[in-house]
Amino acid sequence: MAQRLKEVDVVVIGVGMVGSILAKELAAAGYKVVGLERGSTRFTVPEFQSPGIHDELRFDVRKALMQDNTREPVTFRNNTSQTGLPVRRWESFLPGTGLGGSMVHWNGQTFRFQANDFELATRTRERYGKGFLDPDLTIQDWGVTYDELEPYYDRFEYLLGTSGKAGNLKGQIQQGGDPHESPRSRDYPTPPQKEHYSGALFRKAASSLGYHPFPQPSSNLSQPYTNPEGLKMNTCVFCGFCERYACEHYAKSTPQTFILPVLLANSNFELRTGCQVQRINLDSTKKRATGVTYIDNAGRELEQPASLVITSLFAINNIRMLLLSGIGKPYDPSTGKGVVGRNYAYQTMSTVASFFDEDVIINPFMASGASGTMINDYAGDNFDHSGLGFIGGAFIGAVNTNGRPIQYHPTPPGTPAWGKGWKEAVVKHYNHTVMFSLHGSSTSQKQNYADLDPTYKDAWGQPLLRITFDFPKNDLKMAEYVTARGVEIGKAMGAKQVVGSPRKGPYTTQIYQTTHNTGGTVMGNDPSTSVVNRYLQSWDVPNVFVIGASAYPQNASWNPTGTLGALTYWVADALKNKYLKNPGHLVST
Amino acid sequence: MPPAVALVAGSTEAAAAAAHHPVKAATPAPAAAAASVPKPPEKPPYLFFNVAEVQFIEPACERLIPADESGAGALAAGVPNYLDKQLGGAWGAGERLYRSGPWIQGTASQGYQLPFTPAELFRTALRAIHSDLAQRGSAFNELSTDAQDDYLKSLEKDNHDLDGVPSAVFFDMLLKMSIEGFFSDPVYGGNRDMVAWRMIGFPGAYADYYEAIDRHGVKFEREPLSIGEDGHGNVHVHPEIPASVG
Repeated sequence: MAQRLKEVDVVVIGVGMVGSILAKELAAAGYKVVGLERGSTRFTVPEFQSPGIHDELRFDVRKALMQDNTREPVTFRNNTSQTGLPVRRWESFLPGTGLGGSMVHWNGQTFRFQANDFELATRTRERYGKGFLDPDLTIQDWGVTYDELEPYYDRFEYLLGTSGKAGNLKGQIQQGGDPHESPRSRDYPTPPQKEHYSGALFRKAASSLGYHPFPQPSSNLSQPYTNPEGLKMNTCVFCGFCERYACEHYAKSTPQTFILPVLLANSNFELRTGCQVQRINLDSTKKRATGVTYIDNAGRELEQPASLVITSLFAINNIRMLLLSGIGKPYDPSTGKGVVGRNYAYQTMSTVASFFDEDVIINPFMASGASGTMINDYAGDNFDHSGLGFIGGAFIGAVNTNGRPIQYHPTPPGTPAWGKGWKEAVVKHYNHTVMFSLHGSSTSQKQNYADLDPTYKDAWGQPLLRITFDFPKNDLKMAEYVTARGVEIGKAMGAKQVVGSPRKGPYTTQIYQTTHNTGGTVMGNDPSTSVVNRYLQSWDVPNVFVIGASAYPQNASWNPTGTLGALTYWVADALKNKYLKNPGHLVST
Repeated sequence: MPPAVALVAGSTEAAAAAAHHPVKAATPAPAAAAASVPKPPEKPPYLFFNVAEVQFIEPACERLIPADESGAGALAAGVPNYLDKQLGGAWGAGERLYRSGPWIQGTASQGYQLPFTPAELFRTALRAIHSDLAQRGSAFNELSTDAQDDYLKSLEKDNHDLDGVPSAVFFDMLLKMSIEGFFSDPVYGGNRDMVAWRMIGFPGAYADYYEAIDRHGVKFEREPLSIGEDGHGNVHVHPEIPASVG
């Protein structure tokens, strides 16, 4: 029997980026907030310090900062004719755990989506006509527009101190920035990071082809910065241990640097770590949440009553929390009915490798997680798709983030996998190769979804999440097209050999692609095709808010974190100014 | 740090010798700067592998990453020692491996679905390989290097059954772990004297390239740095650690 604790105003499940920002906003507004984090407490000092943090084996290969997959993996299959099997080791994507969440090990690539992305279904129909889309695709509008989110993007970037160069200031195109971006109200808080050699080679080649290269917006800061919360951050020194690592320098913006010290100093907030939330509890009407039940590190079951429940987990865990709690109707791909788990999407990642002679010294190990140079000329709807047979696109960039050699030792096709030929090729190409990332959008389609696995369980005896996913044909066509453009840029750099690797199906869990899982609890204006309304409030249980990239109806051509930060502040305002003053449905059904 | 350079020279000699006599040549050549720098462990004892297993593992690793003109191979770099530590520790016991059944073999996209821990997988496969070679009349270390390569290729491509372990799965794990051992920080027992890092020009665990990053095309010439390095430039190999999580 669970021990029942004293009721609080708000319980936040997951104290990562979303949870810590929202908890801070609500605690500062006077509400009693409890944050439940399954992982441990950790800070820049002492947990993230050198030299131990620069250990490729421990952090890259063994994935020390990631969700404990021995207790809580997912199952996976490419389609419903297969049996879902556990992903017994993480490879394709890497959800984090612990205070600060997945953001502790992120790269700091901090993008906005474009106005078009938020109204994708409407604008695609308008521009290309009704019959253009593959009928299996289930893309839809978000229910919120770029113009509505712009102030919140701005707030988030200034919280992080993001380093970049504006390309469109209130409609005025700015030299050196991204001319395709939707208008921003002011420039980035700090100037771009220094450019590495890969980026410089890319910039010259892309310019020569008439494209518009610009510095990747980076939350690894170019200079010291004090954010609006009064917290100080340092200059990034390009150590090359960014993604999959925590930052020892206070230079990568994470909850530890930009918000947690303020949150933890507020007596209205209580952090509890080692708390594995089992479910959100509902009353007998199933229309109101009464709190959550969790199991602590010592195995004790506790019930935390609360007036408002915020689930702010990594995307796939948000989906599972709703399914385990019986909130919202689970999606059924055979009928197309139901919403929870629907429109699970990902990111369609391709690469181009440009091999140079040995006199071109790249030094790939000098990099931050986001110090690339890139173009948006083939991202989103920035190019005419008429006759191409697909929608979406990719940013193309020399966004090299590291030269850590267990995982990074590029060799050209035809190189043997081992032996003398392999070793010679590794030695020959390690310091003389430029890698492009082609960061492609991901459309949602009928067949791709997530539900509860009928067989496999977590360490607490609850069903695992089962992901059913393969790349939509639309996205594979997109990958072919943009990769060919990337190869042209590689050739314009003067590389001796340029190799494009467009993403091919089937999707595999066995090769790292990206940790940009999206969808499954999508937002929208129609309860029959969305789990939450435009304020990320559950249509079914209005005192539950579900905040994460799980809200994205489909994924765009950029990293999802910037948009999630904007949505977080958008929801914070809706909670403070509307919901908490008058609890109930913020959008009528 | 001149002593470190001298140590590399020593290892390279050992590597060159190892190419011809994979097992016997594991004794490193004397290090020139031995007077001022403690020698690295010459041949750490094996705690996981037994004698029969070593007869396969040492030459097999050296065929996967052979010594050549570019420098040391797996043997001189201590890769078998790395494997021994990993398999004998938490990693070998199934650290970070979800181990609940049912055990159903799926598609390549679904990945590893066998109940073996890495330690069990190696034990099982190595025993089967040993029997197989015994039937053919010679141990792996007695084969010519060409015959060793052919045998490794048959494990890799033909995918025969090694008492329940598909040989391609074993080969893949052996190759992955050998590359890990070759390129990981020397505290884990491989990449001895940072030979693999020197070979490709990776500087290791440095924390700062702020001044260097925009000096485009200029080679970074400093000695590599290990996380286990003390103020005298000596790398201390941790006695028994696996790369633990958390």
